[in-house]
Amino acid sequence: MSWFIVKRVTSLLPILFGISLITFILLHLTPGDPAAAYLRASHIPPTDEAVATLRAELGLDKPLYIQYVNWLIKVVQLDLGISYVSKNSVWEEIMLHFFPTVQLAFASCIFIIVISLPIGMISAIYRGKWIDQFSRIIAFVSVSMPAFWLGFLLIYFLSVKLDLFPVLGRGTFAHLVLPSLTLAFPYIGTYMRLLRTSTLENLNEPFVVYARARGLRERRIVSRHVLKKSLLPVLTGLGMSLGNMLSGAVIVETVFAWPGMGSLFITSILNRDYPMIQGCLLFMGAIFVVCNLLVDLTYAFLDPRIRWEGGKK
Amino acid sequence: MLKNVKRKLLSHKLIMISSLIIFFMTLLALFAPFLAPNDPNLVDITHKLQGSSSKFPLGTDHLGRCIWSRLIYGIRTSLGTAFLVMGLTMIISIPIGIYAGFRGGWVDYLFMRICDILMAFPSLLLSLALIGILGPGLGNLILAMVLVQWIFYARVIRGMVLSVKKQNFILAAEVCGTPTLVIVIKHILPTIISQVVVLAFMDIGGIILAISGLSFLGLGIQPPGAEWGMMINDSKPFFRTHPSLMLYPGMMILIVVIAFNLFGEALRDVLDLRKE
Repeated sequence: MSWFIVKRVTSLLPILFGISLITFILLHLTPGDPAAAYLRASHIPPTDEAVATLRAELGLDKPLYIQYVNWLIKVVQLDLGISYVSKNSVWEEIMLHFFPTVQLAFASCIFIIVISLPIGMISAIYRGKWIDQFSRIIAFVSVSMPAFWLGFLLIYFLSVKLDLFPVLGRGTFAHLVLPSLTLAFPYIGTYMRLLRTSTLENLNEPFVVYARARGLRERRIVSRHVLKKSLLPVLTGLGMSLGNMLSGAVIVETVFAWPGMGSLFITSILNRDYPMIQGCLLFMGAIFVVCNLLVDLTYAFLDPRIRWEGGKK
Repeated sequence: MLKNVKRKLLSHKLIMISSLIIFFMTLLALFAPFLAPNDPNLVDITHKLQGSSSKFPLGTDHLGRCIWSRLIYGIRTSLGTAFLVMGLTMIISIPIGIYAGFRGGWVDYLFMRICDILMAFPSLLLSLALIGILGPGLGNLILAMVLVQWIFYARVIRGMVLSVKKQNFILAAEVCGTPTLVIVIKHILPTIISQVVVLAFMDIGGIILAISGLSFLGLGIQPPGAEWGMMINDSKPFFRTHPSLMLYPGMMILIVVIAFNLFGEALRDVLDLRKE
């Protein structure tokens, strides 16, 4: 197991390096001079002299690879620069907005599991019956539904008409329900079907036949034996979805005025706040990769076959 | 075989329904100037936020623009942009995927490492960042989506090529001394193209969703152009009093996306590509 962890963690390094490279290059694709952009964002007229001074100050007059190395050294020390707009440290702003998004993503995961697990398993057991058809329709609608529209529908019907939940913002537990449900919705359908498929496959496995031969009740077979095995692919999926939710959160957070990473990212894009865009991208990319790593490790922990194969290779 | 596929296509209820919807939408888009009762971008504050009437079938928005006309013109934007994005993605990813898969060696290795890095980001996030750097607008939106998406298709196509490459008919062609380019165009491309088309159709719905999402965020088409996502964004301040402003465009997105998703899935079933 430890060998597997070492191998998996070291394979992360080149990818993290790649992420930093892409993020760095992206910012140098900016049309126009970053120094001029900085001056404009600070409402200072970008005269030749001012631009030249600032270029020297920011190190923009050095060759690109030296700029990259200097930037990388700062990044490793968690210095992502200063926002053009708020003049605060990018890292501190990100930390301020990160927790609300994590909260949202975890609440969504709970919704996904609580809703898709029972319906997925039941529709596998009663295959072809009305519940199966129903779950198929739900799955179709859920992947085709624009998240921002669903958000507004929920606000309109549940908050405005029925007054069940607060409309916007973050605060109490009730504030969390609608945004996380909106964020979870596309995944609910997917996981429902995924669970159905994996349950169906496992129901034909020899261990189920054996359990039946032992005279175990069907309910016990499903809840004790099949469930455990069917959950594995869902677990991997969820970990990857957790990373994707960070980007899905951009839309959901905008709809619900949720002060998370997504809002921060979109505000910085609309403001052309380049260090902030860069910081957010780098941070979310790293989080995404780390999520995938954690999934792999959990998976290996739960399913011994994987760490064996991983060790052999 | 073709006859068999045709028969299956016709008997498949889902394909019939979904292609009818898509066909109908395309007609609406093509004949938008004749079917729209009003100029979709004509601002007339005196008519703002009206209910449905004979002049405005679905009422007007906060600037007095005809919602029905804007919805119809919105089909042009959504479908047009989605197909353009998909087309450009294919133009980039098919040659690259085939080249990496067929050539193998260091080209393939380099390609896979680029995949690792680009796919380390959630794709919407990278598109967003690109738009943030290039600036909002429909052209930049298309560019950003294509630049991010091609890698996914190129990778799948590479995989397809790898499995086709080992088959006997390709080996036979190689033994006969057929030039590589001829092998690729005459043998490999026709073998994989149907799978690629199915893949593309299955994703069109997702692309339409992404485009409307980005427009909703104000990063896509700029005012006064008509786009469903942007219409929903425009309706934000009024949706409590005038929910229909947000209801109609969302409904359009949902219908179109469901139609394309159904079509893609049914197409996959008919062509029996599930195993791959």
